[in-house]
Amino acid sequence: MTPAPHADNTVWADASLAAALVAVDPHGLAGVSLRARAGPVRDSWMEMLRALLPAHTPVRKMPLHVKDERLFGGLDLAATLKAGQPFVQRGMFAEADGGLLVLTSAERLPAEHVARVGTVLDRGEVVLERDGIGLKSPAQFGIVALDEGIEPDEKPHPALLDRLAFHVDLSHVSVRETCAPTIGATDVSTARRRLSAVHVDDQILAALASAALAFGITSVRSPVLAARAASACAALFGRREVHEEDAALAARLVFAGRATAMPATDDTKQPPEPPEQEQQTEQDTQDGDQLDHGGPLEDRLLSAIAAAIPPGLLAQILSAAPRGQTASSGRAGPSAKRAARGRPVGTLPGDPRGASRLSVIETLRAAAPWQRIRRRDTTAPGEQRRLDVRRDDFRIARLKHPTETTTIFAVDASGSSALHRLAEAKGAVEMLLSDCYVRRDQVALIAFRGDSAEVLLPPTRSLVLAKRRLAALPGGGGTPIAAALDACFGLACNVRRKGTIPTLVLLTDGQANIARDGTAGRARAQEDALQSARAIRAAEMSVLLIDTSPRPREAARTLADALNARYLPLPHASAAHISAAVRSAVSEPQDPAPADGTRMNRRMAAS
Amino acid sequence: MSNRQSAKPNFPFSAIVGQDEMKMALLIAAVDPTVGGVLIFGDRGTGKSTAVRGLADLLPRIRIATGCAYNCDADAPIGLCERCAQLAKTGDLKGALTRVPVVDLPLGATEDRVVGALDLERALAHGEKAFEPGLLARANRGFLYIDEVNLLENHLVDLLLDVAASGENVVEREGLSVRHPARFVLVGSGNPEEGELRPQLLDRFGLTVDVGTPKDIETRIEVVRRRDAFERNAHDFIASWKGRNEGLRRKISAARKTLGDVEVGDHELGLIAELCLSLGSDGLRGELALIRAARALAAFERKSTVDVSHLRKVAPLALPHRLRRDPLDESGSNVRVERAVKELFDQ
Repeated sequence: MTPAPHADNTVWADASLAAALVAVDPHGLAGVSLRARAGPVRDSWMEMLRALLPAHTPVRKMPLHVKDERLFGGLDLAATLKAGQPFVQRGMFAEADGGLLVLTSAERLPAEHVARVGTVLDRGEVVLERDGIGLKSPAQFGIVALDEGIEPDEKPHPALLDRLAFHVDLSHVSVRETCAPTIGATDVSTARRRLSAVHVDDQILAALASAALAFGITSVRSPVLAARAASACAALFGRREVHEEDAALAARLVFAGRATAMPATDDTKQPPEPPEQEQQTEQDTQDGDQLDHGGPLEDRLLSAIAAAIPPGLLAQILSAAPRGQTASSGRAGPSAKRAARGRPVGTLPGDPRGASRLSVIETLRAAAPWQRIRRRDTTAPGEQRRLDVRRDDFRIARLKHPTETTTIFAVDASGSSALHRLAEAKGAVEMLLSDCYVRRDQVALIAFRGDSAEVLLPPTRSLVLAKRRLAALPGGGGTPIAAALDACFGLACNVRRKGTIPTLVLLTDGQANIARDGTAGRARAQEDALQSARAIRAAEMSVLLIDTSPRPREAARTLADALNARYLPLPHASAAHISAAVRSAVSEPQDPAPADGTRMNRRMAAS
Repeated sequence: MSNRQSAKPNFPFSAIVGQDEMKMALLIAAVDPTVGGVLIFGDRGTGKSTAVRGLADLLPRIRIATGCAYNCDADAPIGLCERCAQLAKTGDLKGALTRVPVVDLPLGATEDRVVGALDLERALAHGEKAFEPGLLARANRGFLYIDEVNLLENHLVDLLLDVAASGENVVEREGLSVRHPARFVLVGSGNPEEGELRPQLLDRFGLTVDVGTPKDIETRIEVVRRRDAFERNAHDFIASWKGRNEGLRRKISAARKTLGDVEVGDHELGLIAELCLSLGSDGLRGELALIRAARALAAFERKSTVDVSHLRKVAPLALPHRLRRDPLDESGSNVRVERAVKELFDQ
């Protein structure tokens, strides 16, 4: 049994190996992020993993919008009522102990859930503090995060990816390439027993740590995970000591998907050119049994990893705008969840029929003090209930739906605007961003120039991110207002679906000259723009149009009317005005703040 | 899977590689709990939670009244809960040396568990109306740790703000009316990318630390090495760091005793005032936090007076979050503080 994954189906072979390693040490490796659409390839990978795990290993599926009471556990109503004393219902985390937790649609898992999963992963136990119960239970499991993202930005939350050892991408693997693993369940169970005795040499640890850094992987979790993967690998191949090939395999599996840079190549001996390296790597892994010089070992690790990085990947990463951390990826938006259930702000006596939700715990609490008296009263034989809950006890949860707002900024970065006032428009947006911060709004950023509009920043609370994207925004090109309005409308509808209120702030001079289909021509462009505007008007969204032309013009005014927008020409738009306009647009009536124009002017001058 | 335990032992505090600022902030809070809590913000996987949990093993034991749900101080005549006050009157209040509570406020905790509520078990089984203390009671005189503090539900934040300000938890629910002391050191950690912290809560923290991933290769190798050793054999690893942990504990103990005698000279007080003035930090809180932290650090370093070196070290912890915040300023308040410190102290 040799690790020889350099066949045509390298990806599948690597994926199989990752499955085997996870089966050996699910909790230590924390698991896999599996990028693939739902389908036979993903199914066969899951089946393979399940077959490798010991029989009766618990596997729990965590749905996207799971509630805390299911995750952590809580009071078991049926049992409690029956027994007349509190009974604990175990949550999904505790149930998955010793097995796997499968996250469905992991790319959309909201940050709140990611944080919950992360905490339990880190601690290996779940702390339950709910419904009058305080309990700690072991929860050591591995994760399989099913990532169904399609766009490059659609991927699980970085905090989740950081913790999972393997990032497997099966989206380009066809069913024909899938095959049965060479490793069997018995190999895995032997390896499990051996695992704790496997030793990792200090030099290997050092090589893994430096290899991670060379590939621009900053998180220290990655080399730690690689070391564990190497141990699992050694255990799988029956070794008590981690050999170089274990380390090379582990490094490749763990680091390849995370690399953000290619190592600087100052020695000409082994330039790690991605695709051509494969054969050389194989030789290297075979002839390398000497561990006494750290340098070459590290080099060999580097080339092993480089070989596994798909050719186009790094170019993609490097060419993309500095992504920073895509704070928004993987979020369905916290508001979505909150709107769906609201924030409990207390309970009311009431009838739990219809849409209202019975608050079990509060109901029991209301009923509890009366039990003795009631038992005395109900002397009817045969009707001796353990717990007597009456209609008066019913408490329903009072939910508050917070009116969260997402302000969508659409900035005209076309040539006509850029010439005059792009800098000032940026200044205005920045000032509005500060306001959003105060109001705890989410913000999104759309820029339009040339022949299209682009969502620079999906709704987020990170204002630093918004500012960074804004600063990097270049100017020039045509003015595709129709496309911009369509993009705004699409995003605003999305925001609405998630239960938040969208507000559009459009900064443009209104001089449309690119039609919806991307062709130039002022007349058609204007027409298209007005048509798009009417769609927004029909949806009754609040819009603020800030005219950025040097002198207020008819075009912008007409557009504002078509949108039913508030219109503010920038020359007259002081900080106080804009701020007040946005505030009233988000229907939060407030006195216009005293003129504080200085602040904005300073900002504008600075930008 | 071989060594499954219900709770993982804590990674020894003294074995944490680097992250000196974070360790210093936590040690300062351990020496003087009145500095008002520590907020640790930073990258993923930098050992934020590890450090806080590790701190629990370093704290010198305190005397807690036996059988008290609120960790009352058996030696203090004031600030006792009702039960202990009764016992104290008759002279029956006994105490025992106990570990300082470090209580986790986990995500997903419900309000009734945080503030305390009617004891369901007793109510259901015996029809008794009894109060079951919550996490705030358990954290009294200890530490309350909130991981991912920026993801905490708003209504819990409001509640914490209230309690942290008054040092008392007032419960009015289900016909219960209970008030009990709840003084704790609030320790929060989180990743700023996941959302900003409400300014009001930010203000409750005495010290803030920004932690970053170590970039230096040797440090990183050492992190991986120690992590591996710990996971391989936690017991042996902890044993090998026991001496150093013990040393830290003794230093904290000693510092607590001498804390009251540490003096801050007029020159240093002047510098503190000047520094806060030049930074335009809001109110007096900044100055107070700076003085307290500097004093705790001096005590920890076994000095009897605060000197400029202490101020230089604690200013970046005590001040950045108190500056008038520009949410869009990328360079961050830390840079501003460092610059001001340099200008003022390097003359």
